[in-house]
Order: sequence, then structure tokens, then C-alpha cells
Amino acid sequence: MTDSHPLPPAPIAAPIEKVSIIVSKGSLEGIYPALIMANGARNEGIEANLFFTFFGMDAIHKGRQDHIKVAAVGNPGLHMPTIAGVIPGASALITKYMEKQIEKQDFPDIHEFVEMIHDTGAGVYACLASVDLFGMEREDLIDDLDGIITVGDFYAMAAGGQIIFT
Amino acid sequence: MPTKTFAGTSVDVNDEGFFEDPTQWTKEMAPEIADEYGVPTPLTDRAWVVIDLMRSEYFDKGTGPTVRKISKLSDVTTKELFVLFPKGPAKLAAMVAGIPKPKGCI
Repeated sequence: MTDSHPLPPAPIAAPIEKVSIIVSKGSLEGIYPALIMANGARNEGIEANLFFTFFGMDAIHKGRQDHIKVAAVGNPGLHMPTIAGVIPGASALITKYMEKQIEKQDFPDIHEFVEMIHDTGAGVYACLASVDLFGMEREDLIDDLDGIITVGDFYAMAAGGQIIFT
Repeated sequence: MPTKTFAGTSVDVNDEGFFEDPTQWTKEMAPEIADEYGVPTPLTDRAWVVIDLMRSEYFDKGTGPTVRKISKLSDVTTKELFVLFPKGPAKLAAMVAGIPKPKGCI
């Protein structure tokens, strides 16, 4: 029998030239991977933009970025019973442990990491809707911010590149 | 194995163009490699600080340093690194320094 549905030819892989990464979660495990990907992109010569929205805003909030915690509840990756996560101090304890590991690996903390990514030439942006929603002011956010922008601005900026949502 | 010729000498490189054998590299090759990969030339003293560091770290540790490591081990800041080697400083500095691509995510 002849195959009437031959596979289409494999597309030629074009190198990624631009990524725009949306950070929507305010947990340590929500923020770090996005920062690593943005930083890694710049180090490969790929243009990168970071767009912080909703609880991800904590990563660029002056008063909060040094207090980011690991989610202790609803996080199967921790390999412990969910009930243990609700014990007061569980999140703080796990976060302490993670921070120690991060330091041991000589990874930067979130504060230093965002600053470093900005220094690589990546764009760092906050979401206008979230700023309004949480009643934040420009002064609440880090100095290294390139702007508070609308979703429309974000799409315009992301044009021609890949969008990653975390 | 692909080869390239810099400063009149043929060297072994991998598919990406990184040196397979860093001992084949000479200082005279650096400006030619830089030109080929879009690194601004003439190479300044500051660029040489980075190139020398790439080589010494490679021979010391077996892999070249990442951007964060370079800025921690020298007085060259992240910002300056992206001026000296605009399209990926660790990668391009390794290329010019004739060492393999540095490993490391941060």
C-alpha cells in the first residue's frame, strides 16, 4: 500500500533571535527559571525582554524582592505531604534551604539577578494593569525598570520573537 | 574535523567554530578570530583582560568562565562585557581566546 499522507518535509530550524518572557508568579520557583532563561538568552546573543505581571511583580518590588518564598502548599515537587506545607514556618524553612543551595551554587539572589540581567541589555518591564490593580507606584519598583507598559506595548515589543510564559 | 586558518596557521575547530585544542592558539590569531565573529577590533586592553582570564581559567578549571564569573573574577562589569563582546560575551571571548565554549547556565 502506498502512503497517501507522506510526512511534510522537516522545517529548517531558524535560530532564535528574540525572546520575551512573562513572569506571572511570585514564588521562588516561579521567578528563578524565568531569570535564568532571560540571562541565558542574553549570554547567547539573543535579544531578551522580561515582563513582570501579577504576583511576578514581587520580583521587581523594592520591598518584596528580597523576601520571595518557595510555595510550600500544592507543590508536589517538594516530595512531602501537602498537610506539612500548612504548618506555620514551613515555607520559610524550605525557602531557607533553597536559598542556601542557591548560595552554594554561587547563583545570584533575585535582587542581584534582575540587576545583572538589566546590565546585559535585556529590557525589564512592569505590567500597567498589575501596577494599577495592586495600587503600586513607580517608586515601589526597582530603579533598573525600563518602563511600566500595557499589554499592547508588550506585544509590539515581542513582535518577531518567541514569547515564554512562566 | 573542520579546520580554520588564523594568522597563517591551520587550527582544528568544532562545528560551531570553537577551538578543539587551545594549545594551537596564539595571540596573533585573536584579532583575526575577533573580526570573523563580529567582535569589535582592534582588541583593547580591556578585551585582553577578558581574553587572558578566559585562558587562565580554562587551563586551571577545565572550562572557561560564564559572564557572571568573568565579572566576579575581574574588574570588567557585565555592562562593559556586552560592549567588548556584544553578541554573547562568554561565548565570543572564548572564541577569541581559542578555548571551548564555557559550560554553565548562569
